[in-house]
Amino acid sequence: MQEVTFQVAPKEFVSIVGHSGAGKTTLLKMIIAEDKPSHGQVFFESLDIHRIPKTKLPSYRRKIGTIFQDFKLLPHKTAYENVAFAMEANGRTDEEIAENVPQALSLVDLDDKIWNFPHELSGGEKQRVAIARAIVNQPDIIIADEPTGNLDPIATYEVVQILRKINDLGTTVIMTTHNKGVIDEIERRVITMDDGRIVRDDSSGKYVL
Amino acid sequence: MITGFRRVVKAGFVGFWRNAYVSLASIFVLTIALFVIGSTMFLNQLLNTSLEILQSKVDINVYFVPDAPEEEVERLRTAVAALPDVASVKYTSSEEALAEYRERNKDDTISLQALEELDENPLGATIAIQAKETSQYENIARFLDEQRALEQPQVQVIDEINYNNTKESIDTLNSIINATKQASLIILGILLVAAVLITFNTIRLAIYTSREEISIMRLVGASNMYIRGPFMLQGIMYGLISGVMALFLFYPLLTWIGPRTEAFFELNLFDYYIVHFGEIFVVLVSIGIVLGLVSSTFAVARYLRT
Repeated sequence: MQEVTFQVAPKEFVSIVGHSGAGKTTLLKMIIAEDKPSHGQVFFESLDIHRIPKTKLPSYRRKIGTIFQDFKLLPHKTAYENVAFAMEANGRTDEEIAENVPQALSLVDLDDKIWNFPHELSGGEKQRVAIARAIVNQPDIIIADEPTGNLDPIATYEVVQILRKINDLGTTVIMTTHNKGVIDEIERRVITMDDGRIVRDDSSGKYVL
Repeated sequence: MITGFRRVVKAGFVGFWRNAYVSLASIFVLTIALFVIGSTMFLNQLLNTSLEILQSKVDINVYFVPDAPEEEVERLRTAVAALPDVASVKYTSSEEALAEYRERNKDDTISLQALEELDENPLGATIAIQAKETSQYENIARFLDEQRALEQPQVQVIDEINYNNTKESIDTLNSIINATKQASLIILGILLVAAVLITFNTIRLAIYTSREEISIMRLVGASNMYIRGPFMLQGIMYGLISGVMALFLFYPLLTWIGPRTEAFFELNLFDYYIVHFGEIFVVLVSIGIVLGLVSSTFAVARYLRT
């Protein structure tokens, strides 16, 4: 990536589009401190992410909820346990967990599937569990890397609606996608990347390539 | 903090059961490793005991002339006893030597009659010297030779020093002891390294199956200690179970082998096992725990590096 500079304001919903290999995923990895840039800095509020000492990284990551194309659920845990795990790792009390986990799963319309294991769920349902896990700790930002990449159109629609709902509730969302329908549906800011550079940045964008 | 600890412990146990096959494989390998380590310990014990027995049979005898003045004998005895290499000095007076001779030959009337023919006691006093280490006999013998050389020809008290007769057997024994000690050390070292590597590899494979889980844990912001904890606990459990299993594997084996070792090495390994049960338990279990813990800590660390 080269010459990538942009700012995301709180409560914004930003979509990043571009061909495969344009640098979308790399960009997201830098935001969650999985990758380091060779030059330049990434700031979260006033914090330079890549200057955070290793031991403090987990607590930084807790401020960010992540969603992936391949869901990344723990296969041996039920939907409830998957969501609860994120809270346990956060050191929340059992009472908080018992209260918040069903709420989060209800927000993604999975009240009736909370005791199912991932292999018993459809792709869309799995992605909704992943979203519930991402939001349960009330993060400041949701990072979604191709969240609809593996989903059929209906599931895609549901996931986008849920992300919009979360955004309306006050959480910043940064999402990558190459699904034109999704972009047109959301009608929010779109950053277009090509070959590691930002080529467009439209405040209410369409999918243009 | 306490909640976190409780969760780590719970996750450790759950992980142990949910990956039962992997746990079983790890325990199996670790048990074999500990069994090998335990066996070398027993073997070493066997070697040491038989070497000790052999060593205790070696000594230097100084025979004094029958009419040696007692103070002269006593002077030499104290001088030898004062040497740092000497473990013990046993003095046998000429009367005692005679009594011993009579006792030994009580059925041999001819020898006894021959003894009766003599007016005086033909046997001199003896001192039997045992060194702390077989390699030290050389020094003691040299010392005795010097003493002997210092004596005036007319008042010779030392009749004979039998070191030169036994020198050869002492030298042989010495080289056997050194060789076996070195060999058993090398074998023990090789086995130990092999056991550690095999255990480490098995546990690494066990954790390899969990690498996806570890990456997810990192993503949801679990601290490194929180991720590592359950695996470390599992490592400890593997070690504990394997240690106990290896310990009980020895029971039937030693019941069978014990009488045989007694006949050959004068040490019943089964009795040794029973008497030292506590120590062997502590050694095997702690080696197991350390092996399991270190292996899993290293194995997880691989996936925690950023």
